[in-house]
Amino acid sequence: MSAGALHGSSRPSIGHGFRLQWEAAQNAYVLLFPEGMIKLNGSAGEIMKRCTGQATLAEITADLERTFATSGLSADVIAFVEMARAKLWLSVPA
Amino acid sequence: MTAAPVAAAGAASSGPALRPGPPLWLLLELTYRCPLHCVFCYNPTDFAASGPELGTDDWLRVLKEARALGSVQLGLSGGEPLARDDLEPIVAEAHRLGFYTNLITSGVGLNETRIRALKDAGLDHIQLSFQDSTRQMNDFLSSTRTFDLKSKVAALIKQHDYPMVLNVVLHRLNIDHVEEILEMADRMGADYVELANTQFYGWAWHNRQQLMPSRAQVEHAEEVTRRFRERQGRPMRIFFVVPDYFEKRPKACMNGLGSIFLTVTPDGTALPCHAARMLPGLQFPNVKTSSLEHVWYESSGFTHFRGDAWMKEPCRSCPEKTRDFGGCRCQAYLLTGDAANADPVCDLSPHHHKVLEAVLAADRPAAGGNGPSGQEKPLVFRSRANSSRLF
Repeated sequence: MSAGALHGSSRPSIGHGFRLQWEAAQNAYVLLFPEGMIKLNGSAGEIMKRCTGQATLAEITADLERTFATSGLSADVIAFVEMARAKLWLSVPA
Repeated sequence: MTAAPVAAAGAASSGPALRPGPPLWLLLELTYRCPLHCVFCYNPTDFAASGPELGTDDWLRVLKEARALGSVQLGLSGGEPLARDDLEPIVAEAHRLGFYTNLITSGVGLNETRIRALKDAGLDHIQLSFQDSTRQMNDFLSSTRTFDLKSKVAALIKQHDYPMVLNVVLHRLNIDHVEEILEMADRMGADYVELANTQFYGWAWHNRQQLMPSRAQVEHAEEVTRRFRERQGRPMRIFFVVPDYFEKRPKACMNGLGSIFLTVTPDGTALPCHAARMLPGLQFPNVKTSSLEHVWYESSGFTHFRGDAWMKEPCRSCPEKTRDFGGCRCQAYLLTGDAANADPVCDLSPHHHKVLEAVLAADRPAAGGNGPSGQEKPLVFRSRANSSRLF
């Protein structure tokens, strides 16, 4: 992907044509796209559901650290968002 | 639960008996009505004899029940789904329930008013079929005059911010035009192109002799596609679906029957794949009288071929059975007379020669129309009249 580097102020949102939703039958967040579905693992789901286009990456990370009573998640969150952006699951406006 | 023994066998490697997963993929064939008359249609040739179409309320109830079971992907197909004037409320309810909604259409009937209404209803995705790159061939193969209309529809789909997804069914009569087809798709701004070689069911099975490409044609088409991918300027993903008759291993059809896929035909019959109605001895309930829960978890049409307890040799002891599930049950039935046999596409099948013979016949110079007697067998177009008269 040609998009630039991620920053704490980046505001990721679900990619065009994708939809994120909780599926009780699968006990997981899933990502839906044309004729396909990806079942997300727990941490991927927790990150993706916070990617609303409103929250910044720094806010998302802080919220995750608060929710799970931990610290130092920043590198993991950035690595996931980079991967998800490359797959077009997320879009990150410059 | 009658499904238990089969499900248990299917889950043998993962421990105790498991309730099978949900029907993640729901396909509603809303109608057999269609303005096209494609010779390669997979709809049953005797569709004219099927019962009346379900009404709107029945479809809405099916959506609700499927969603409660855990269905997430919805295909709306047919026939031509736009022939239903209640397509918009069906999409709206599906969207409200949380389905990802895919419209699979020839594009005939899609105009500015309807695409706007469908978008407002929450339609997520449109797949547009094309028969060929030229007006002449498109119109001949679908026995209609639709090429210009489809080109307009392609533009409309782009305008409304949908990805442009083209599906072109390939066979003997158009596979030599793959380069022109890809150039057309590129000019239309397609994002995805699926070059899907004909699967031989329904009308395509009846017309198999005329539609089967030669091996040289298939190899040429693959080479043309490869070269096009190398030189293409804009991003356009191309999927080339190899015709399975030319393979040595079968496709993982439906990921195994009763595993993820549930389709409902226009008259309400629930099937584990588009073509499964042909399989003998199975019970395929109608959604007007059976709940989808019963259909999925208890009816023999869905439980019989679930897992691998039904398998015979060479599948039963084959390490690849977890990858291809023995291939396609309908193809096994059509070619060997027994739906529990290995799909004869597999070269381990004792019936593999039947596939080879069909491919060899297509390699003869005069093939694709000339039978052994030299008599030309006519292509039969999919139409209600032909369905009533011939089948």
